[in-house]
Amino acid sequence: MVGPEIERLIQLLSRLPGLGPRSARRAALRLVEKREALLIPLGQAMAEAAAKVRTCSTCGNFDTIDPCAVCADPRRDPALLCVVEDVAGLWAMERTGSFRGRYAVLGGLLSALDGIGPEDLGIESLVARAHAPAITEVILATPATVEGQTTAHYVAERLAGCGVTVSGLAHGVPVGGELDHLDDGTITAALRARRVF
Amino acid sequence: MEWDDDAIVLAVRRHGETGAVASLLTRSHGRHAGLVHGGQAKANRAVLQPGNAVRAKWTARLPEQLGNYRLEMLQAHGAAFLDDPARLAALGSACALAEAALPERQPHPVCHAALAALLYALEAESWPSVYVHFELALLRDLGFGLDLTACAATGRTDDLAWVSPKTGRAVSREAGEPYRDRLFRLPAFLVEGGEGTGADIRAGLELSGFFLQRHVLDPRHTVLPAARGRLVGRLG
Repeated sequence: MVGPEIERLIQLLSRLPGLGPRSARRAALRLVEKREALLIPLGQAMAEAAAKVRTCSTCGNFDTIDPCAVCADPRRDPALLCVVEDVAGLWAMERTGSFRGRYAVLGGLLSALDGIGPEDLGIESLVARAHAPAITEVILATPATVEGQTTAHYVAERLAGCGVTVSGLAHGVPVGGELDHLDDGTITAALRARRVF
Repeated sequence: MEWDDDAIVLAVRRHGETGAVASLLTRSHGRHAGLVHGGQAKANRAVLQPGNAVRAKWTARLPEQLGNYRLEMLQAHGAAFLDDPARLAALGSACALAEAALPERQPHPVCHAALAALLYALEAESWPSVYVHFELALLRDLGFGLDLTACAATGRTDDLAWVSPKTGRAVSREAGEPYRDRLFRLPAFLVEGGEGTGADIRAGLELSGFFLQRHVLDPRHTVLPAARGRLVGRLG
């Protein structure tokens, strides 16, 4: 029905998150229809990104410069270091605009099932960074899951001799959350982490 | 094909963009995997945490198929210990060990009961002793139980202090003394009950770890899970 070029475009698009074969076909059709306005600029943007984007050698973020814009920003608080599982976590923290420190991306979590051990994560470079005198606090922002918190405890243990305060994100009731709609685990965690009002 | 059963979440793998394959230790159907549609959705992620007790409904057209799970949370054990590194390590180790050691789709109600008991016992101070008992129960239910009732050499039932690495049987203090460097120490709490000291727990873990590796994991060409190593490191 379509030529191999378009078929290949559909195949590649269908590998993106959120797109199945049908939605990839629709996206491909729209790109082909809007060749000048969409397809060519998108192709150029992707080629440019492929050529220029690299992994920040300091924190593990993706950017076109190394160190990345976050690490290179002099207005950032050099005393705070936030540890996240992956770049998606870093971007989520940045989206809030409430954290003005710097980051360390682990690149995964300790997982017995997937055979991911401490040596597979960026823990050594994190510990080396935490030894810098400028850093006073490391915030562990790993997911509130068994694997996420197992990783956080391991990292906290490794940071014990670095002379930094190690803190973690609070677990509990989300903004807008009503108790009868929350799962038991979240309520349990919130109850354990209750604070004096 | 359809059944309902009480289960404990052992491990979860992502499947596609939204689904997950959950491996559960069920009461009557053993370690059993199944697909959870929407397993990566916000509402399901809290349920699919290792250690959580769930009510599982499994459906499939044929018994040999992977099948689909519908899960309902019964007890969120995972969330209860997120802030406690040692207990969280024990929970992770127990689930990883059950996942590695138990064959799929073979009923092991004793292992289910032992894991459920451990998860409840994690609230108590004596949880390290219960953890060692859990590993020994796992060994026993898989057919490699240790005989700690009488001395393999003399038949004595008192003053048992060692375990032979060859036979997995207890040896009395007197009979084992000349061979003590080749025997495992038998912690008293494994014979007399009660709670073990830190040294007893380490001895118990060394004992159960050796026999789990030799009888259960070596034949599968695998090793004790890293999560167990981290637990041993934390208790050591």
